[in-house]
Amino acid sequence: MSVLTLLAAAPGGPADAPANTFTAPHVEYRALMPMLVVFGAAAAGILIEAFLPRTRRYWAQVGLSLAGVLVALGFVISNHGMAQTTAADAVSVDGVTLFLQGTILALAVLAILLVAERGTGTADLDAFAAQGASAPGSGGERAAEAAGLRSTEVFPLMLFSVGGMLLFPAANDLLTSFVALEVLSLPLYLLCGLARRRRLLSQEAAMKYFLLGAFSSAFFLYGVAMIYGYSGSVRFSDISAAISAAPHSDVLLLAGIALLAVGLLFKVGAVPFHAWTPDVYQGAPTPITGFMAAATKVSAFGALLRVAYVALPGMRWDWRPVLWGVAILTMLVGAVLAITQRDIKRMLAYSAILNAGYILLGVISTTSKGVSSTLFYLAAYGFATIGAFAVVTLVREGVPGRPGADGSRTPDEVGGEATDLSAWAGLGKRSPLLAACFTVFLLAFAGIPLTSGFTGKFALFTAAIDGGAWPLVIVGVIASAAAAFFYVRVIVLMYFSEPLAEGPVVVVPSMMTTVALGLTVIVTIALGVLPQMALDLADKAAYFVQ
Amino acid sequence: MSSFPWLTTLGAVPLVGAAAVAAVPKEKADLAKKVALAFSTATLGVAVAMATQFKKGGDRFQFTETHSWIKAFHINYGLGVDGIALVLILMAAVLMPVVLLAAWNDADESQAAGKRSVRAYFSLFLLLETMMIGVFAATDLFLFYVFFEAMLIPMYFLIGSFGGAQRSYAAVKFLLYSLFGGLFMLAALIGLYVASGRHLSSATFDFTTLSNAVAAGQLGISPGLAKALFLGFFVAFAVKAPLFPFHTWLPDAAAEATPGSAVLLVGVLDKVGTFGMLRYCLELFPGASKFFTPLVIGMAIVGTLYGALLAIGQTDIKRLIAYTSISHFGLITLGIFAMTSRGQSGASLYMVNHGLSTGALFIVAGFLISRRGSQLIDDYGGVNKVAPKLAGVFLIAGLSSLALPGLSSFVSEFLVLVGTFERYKAVSIVATTAIILAAIYVLWLYQRTMTGPLKSGLEKMTDLRPREVVAVAPLIALIIGLGFYPKPVLDIVNPSVNTTLSHVQKQDPAPAVNATQTLPKAEPK
Repeated sequence: MSVLTLLAAAPGGPADAPANTFTAPHVEYRALMPMLVVFGAAAAGILIEAFLPRTRRYWAQVGLSLAGVLVALGFVISNHGMAQTTAADAVSVDGVTLFLQGTILALAVLAILLVAERGTGTADLDAFAAQGASAPGSGGERAAEAAGLRSTEVFPLMLFSVGGMLLFPAANDLLTSFVALEVLSLPLYLLCGLARRRRLLSQEAAMKYFLLGAFSSAFFLYGVAMIYGYSGSVRFSDISAAISAAPHSDVLLLAGIALLAVGLLFKVGAVPFHAWTPDVYQGAPTPITGFMAAATKVSAFGALLRVAYVALPGMRWDWRPVLWGVAILTMLVGAVLAITQRDIKRMLAYSAILNAGYILLGVISTTSKGVSSTLFYLAAYGFATIGAFAVVTLVREGVPGRPGADGSRTPDEVGGEATDLSAWAGLGKRSPLLAACFTVFLLAFAGIPLTSGFTGKFALFTAAIDGGAWPLVIVGVIASAAAAFFYVRVIVLMYFSEPLAEGPVVVVPSMMTTVALGLTVIVTIALGVLPQMALDLADKAAYFVQ
Repeated sequence: MSSFPWLTTLGAVPLVGAAAVAAVPKEKADLAKKVALAFSTATLGVAVAMATQFKKGGDRFQFTETHSWIKAFHINYGLGVDGIALVLILMAAVLMPVVLLAAWNDADESQAAGKRSVRAYFSLFLLLETMMIGVFAATDLFLFYVFFEAMLIPMYFLIGSFGGAQRSYAAVKFLLYSLFGGLFMLAALIGLYVASGRHLSSATFDFTTLSNAVAAGQLGISPGLAKALFLGFFVAFAVKAPLFPFHTWLPDAAAEATPGSAVLLVGVLDKVGTFGMLRYCLELFPGASKFFTPLVIGMAIVGTLYGALLAIGQTDIKRLIAYTSISHFGLITLGIFAMTSRGQSGASLYMVNHGLSTGALFIVAGFLISRRGSQLIDDYGGVNKVAPKLAGVFLIAGLSSLALPGLSSFVSEFLVLVGTFERYKAVSIVATTAIILAAIYVLWLYQRTMTGPLKSGLEKMTDLRPREVVAVAPLIALIIGLGFYPKPVLDIVNPSVNTTLSHVQKQDPAPAVNATQTLPKAEPK
């Protein structure tokens, strides 16, 4: 059965299909290639873990992951302009899907570079535990460290997560959505618990994330069930058709939408479902935090957009007021709580919450401008976020050498990340280049002109005012003012404060982090100074298929 | 007109200079200074050459350049200057080499507590000059906003990295106030853009298109919306100017900044506020401007007197000058919102004169402070006995600030007061008392620092060095020159003022205004 006949048969719904015949769905493999490549690379990565000798795994995994993601990115680019649903309408490949998949893959490249950072000879910058299974502080842990074990399984885990992220915004029915949600989340729960240092904190973060994430998934699934009960289908186009045919105020439908929204808003980190964000961001290994903060948000907002615009456009008078409230709360809570943070990773976490609030403005506007501005902002925000966390990985606590028995001192070592804000004092004097990079990201978050954040905010606010949501824009502006305060405070700290006597060490990374950091800075400035190409791309990509 | 990209060139020269200064090797601090001075002088040269090409009776905006920048939002890289913008750009171009000369040793190791980079200091100045030229030259509202905000960053680092003991606090206060104001403007800007998309053939940020549409009554925004948008712009400009009650950041910023930064901050950056009110608030929202005039006039008059009174009570020289500026900005705003041609010509001229006289005052105060190492008035006394030239220059700058006839500020202050009197007699009379207060704060400052018995510790104070004389001489020459012959500036400014006024009066022809004169003369009743 071809896609077209499936589409034509859609209004009747699958319930009308004869029960005893099964036709294998036609699958347009080209449209699915990006996901297939990534999942394939992930599976191959597992085989590498199983069969390759330990010493050779690292480079094999890095090479495979980068190659997989880049090939997938190539397929996304070659699929441009595509607009079709495939695999029995389970997946829709359209402008929004392709733009977000491209963004996620580009972010994944950068994240893999950060995850692969092992330092240069002198300093060991591995962010991951030697052996995830050994209990913190146990003999097993010490033995694993002494043996020089490395957690190379993070690469396949990341690839599985990336695969889920690619599917989530493309999913065209609620069950596929749910599967994608789980595929992207489960590896992330694991990755969060694998930090090399402060392992208890990391494992606590993983546990919290897992428990809360499992709850939110359950909500999501319950919502799917209710909506199925209302419309008799999980397919977005059928749900939309059912809504336009029947009365809107069905309890099943409304409750289903509410539960679905809980699941989605949890993933994007919107208030009041944001509580996990600061703990998880703080505890997770920083490269993973950057990956999670950037790519998960892109993917989850993609799914939110599709559910809202494809499945529930007929219900927009019901969900828009709710999202209004959520957006206002998210912006205010994010901005206010960020001010009180003393830890750089927690501050960035609240900043992520704040940004989720801004992006909701685009979702609420229900215009094609709203969609394109959301797409652009997600890309702009994603790059700046990965860059900011990349900087965090480089500012380390110095561990002074201990005097040995013969009077000589052991060499100074590099400790964990110095995430307390006070440690960042005077960074501009110690390491002007790194401080300048971080300043670029902070200015972008604060929305200063000539950075990507400004262009993005401008696009979002314009779309929101155009859609009549000017009170939200006022709140957004007030939140921006508060946000400027805490971003500027970090700049002040870096440039105008005297460095602490026992301040942090700024480590020199290998090419991996350097490349990732350089690219994010370039993208952040380019999207601010010459954004036309990216805006055009987002404009062209702002279409859905059903 | 578009034969030679004058304005882009003008903006590019200091930008290239900033890069060149930053590229000078670290050890050659002296070379960095010379490179910076050379580039700023070259900028002045370009600016003067450009000004000679300006046609007084020609188009409103000259040297226009338009290139598409961000098509998705109809944003253009649009430049062009009218008379007011031209004289303000000239003023900035004049002040920059002067400031660099005056600030020659500010960032040297011997002067500073911590390690500071000479290259960064001079490079930031040049970067700031590019932004200042851009903000006055932009004819696209979005471009204007970009320069308006981007201008903060070099100034923030100039204050925060090179100022006095409380510099970090002052820099943050400055930045947050300005950002806060700027965000309101951003919201209003987007509102205006969206409204223009609804009522015009396409949404636009182009100032000429928008102001023509407003004048022709085509931009059908409701009065309520117009008022909200006006407030968005006005708050940003009032913070920038700064107008009472948004002024509290200025004394801190000006007192903590190095004298050079203070000159640019008060002399040029703050002018963007009054410039913006005159061009953007009045022309884009004429109805709302008239509606809010009583409020603005009230703020202006309170600011004028409040600033002057507080200036009298200051114990810190730089804070005192900062408060005098708040008083003067009140007068400038008064002139703008009196909505008479005399008032607005006077206000435009005042913007230039205030830049020159306050600039001179800050610079000479800086010379004084660098000799003694203290900003407190009480630490000085009898300076004219050991440094007569310094004292003399200080007196001239001070007298210009109090608007002594024959010095430049007199003409502008007189025009503002006359212009205001034509419409608001009582306000004008009250504002005139500011002149008396000005005499008190200037002369008393001079008396306490320069005359009387020599304070101990000042015996070895040196008089002005050649470098310092060269720095301050152009300002003094201009102050005296424009005091006797302000006609060239007024001739350039007047057509622009008349355009603005015709836009504003379009819907409210009741108060007849004679819009042809250059100097005050009896108006036909």
